[in-house]
Order: sequence, then structure tokens, then C-alpha cells
Amino acid sequence: MKILDFADKLNLDPLYEASKDIEVEGVYIGDLLSIVMSKAKKNYAWITIQTHINTVAVAELLELACIIVVENMEVEEETLDKARELNIPVFKTKASAYEIAAKLYEIGIK
Amino acid sequence: MTDKLLIRYSYNIAANDFIAAGKGSSSIKNTLKSMGIDASTIRRIAIISYEAEINLVIHSYGGMLHCDLYENKIDIITEDKGPGIENIDLALTEGYSTATESVRELGFGAGMGLPNMKKYSDDFDIASSREGTFIKITVLLQEV
Ligand SMILES: Nc1ncnc2c1ncn2[C@@H]1O[C@H](COP(=O)(O)OP(=O)(O)OP(=O)(O)O)[C@@H](O)[C@H]1O
Ligand SMILES: [Mg+2]
Repeated sequence: MKILDFADKLNLDPLYEASKDIEVEGVYIGDLLSIVMSKAKKNYAWITIQTHINTVAVAELLELACIIVVENMEVEEETLDKARELNIPVFKTKASAYEIAAKLYEIGIK
Repeated sequence: MTDKLLIRYSYNIAANDFIAAGKGSSSIKNTLKSMGIDASTIRRIAIISYEAEINLVIHSYGGMLHCDLYENKIDIITEDKGPGIENIDLALTEGYSTATESVRELGFGAGMGLPNMKKYSDDFDIASSREGTFIKITVLLQEV
């Protein structure tokens, strides 16, 4: 599923929609960066409550599809600046990680 | 087999500079990518160099990150200015971390950085004293 389609189906608020509409190939949920670093893979959507600028560095290094910030966490402006610089899509939602994961399952991302 | 150093890329890593953290690793990744190195090797090096770089930012007084390119391997090296690792075996244990509450809130401190660096390496060397920590990690390149 393409990222924009995916964001639409999940009702995600775009904080920065990058100029790329790539295929989401998997999902990883996690808030501890060194665990995400070893588990998330290229073109995965990353669901997290982390909003710090270093999330963008992790997403860029792993070539993740996007960052999805859950629980309506406030995303720092410097994080979004970095996302724009590195062209990493960032979305936000009021839903919990569990709710997003359940929805993903429903729309066929398994 | 030759082990002549082809080129060294070096990055100065400042303590507590979270804004710049990851820049060195990102630059290494993009350089290796432009050289056509395979994706799985690049992923391993990205994980190793990022964890090494972040450890300098969080735990050290600052230092250098190097990427040494050889014909058949890549070494990721860090050297910092202290305070050193008191017990290396303990530091290499999964889940062991001395990260402060404030950096844990940012998602650091799982105690998985050094174990990951070791896991993704072909060779792992570490030496530490109060004057500083030296780490050299080797990733072998696949024959093409
Ligand atoms: N360059 C360094 N200088 C001093 N101490 C270090 C250095 N690198 C690691 N350490 C020590 O080793 C411990 C384990 O490091 P490791 O990278 O495995 O975990 P962490 O950095 O605490 O958490 P994580 O990497 O999962 O975010 C650190 O908590 C710290 O005490
Ligand atoms: Mg670490």
C-alpha cells in the first residue's frame, strides 16, 4: 500500500508529507531507539510516541517509509525541520499504537 | 586479499549535541550507497555507526567517528576523550545502561547499543580507560 493511501485509510494528520509516495512494506512499533534501530527495516512505517529530532535520524538511516506519532504527542518544530531537510514523512494521530496496529491489520497490512 | 586503507572519512562528534547526532552516520551511509555497496551491508554499517555515534554524544566528553574503507572490509572506529567504561563486560550486556532519566525520555538507554554493534559486526574490538574509549568494528564486504 502506498504511503498516502495508507495515511488516508488510517486517518493520520500529516505534519510533513514528503515528496515521495512509496510503498509501505511493513510496520514496527517502538519507543526505544536502539531496539527500533535493529528491528525496523527499509520502507517500514514506524509507530512511536517519540517526537524528538533523533527519530528523524533513525528513520533516515533505516530508510523508513514514515514516522507515525501516536497519542497526540506534540512534535517539536526542530523535528519537523529535520524531517523536511531529510524528506521523511511524519504523521500524527490521537489514536494509540494499539488502535493503529489493529486498523492496519483490518486494512490488510499483516 | 589486501588490506591497504583506501580512504578514511572522519567526523567530529560533540558531547550532548542531539541536533547533529546521526549526521556522521548518515553521511557514511550515503557515501557507501553511492559506491554501490549492497543494501544489507549498508544497513549493518548504519546501525553500527549510529549506535557508536550516539554513545559518544550521550556517554562521552566527545570524540571522533571514523569510517575506514578497505578493498574487502569497512572499519567503523570511535575514539573519545573519556570518561571511559569502567566494566566493559557489563557494558556489553543486553539491557545494561547508565543513561540518565532525561535521555531515557528521548528513547535512549535500552542498553542495546553496544550489543547491537557487536551483533552486526564481523569483528569487534574495544578498549577503555578513564582517558577514553576506543572501539573498532569491522564489517567484511561481500565479494562481487
Ligand atoms: N563512549 C562511551 N563512553 C563511556 N561510556 C560508554 C560509552 N559507550 C557506552 N558506554 C557505557 O556503556 C553502557 C551501555 O552502552 P549501550 O550503547 O549498550 O547502551 P546505552 O547507550 O545506555 O543505551 P542504548 O544504546 O540502548 O540507547 C552505557 O550506558 C554507558 O554506561
Ligand atoms: Mg548506546
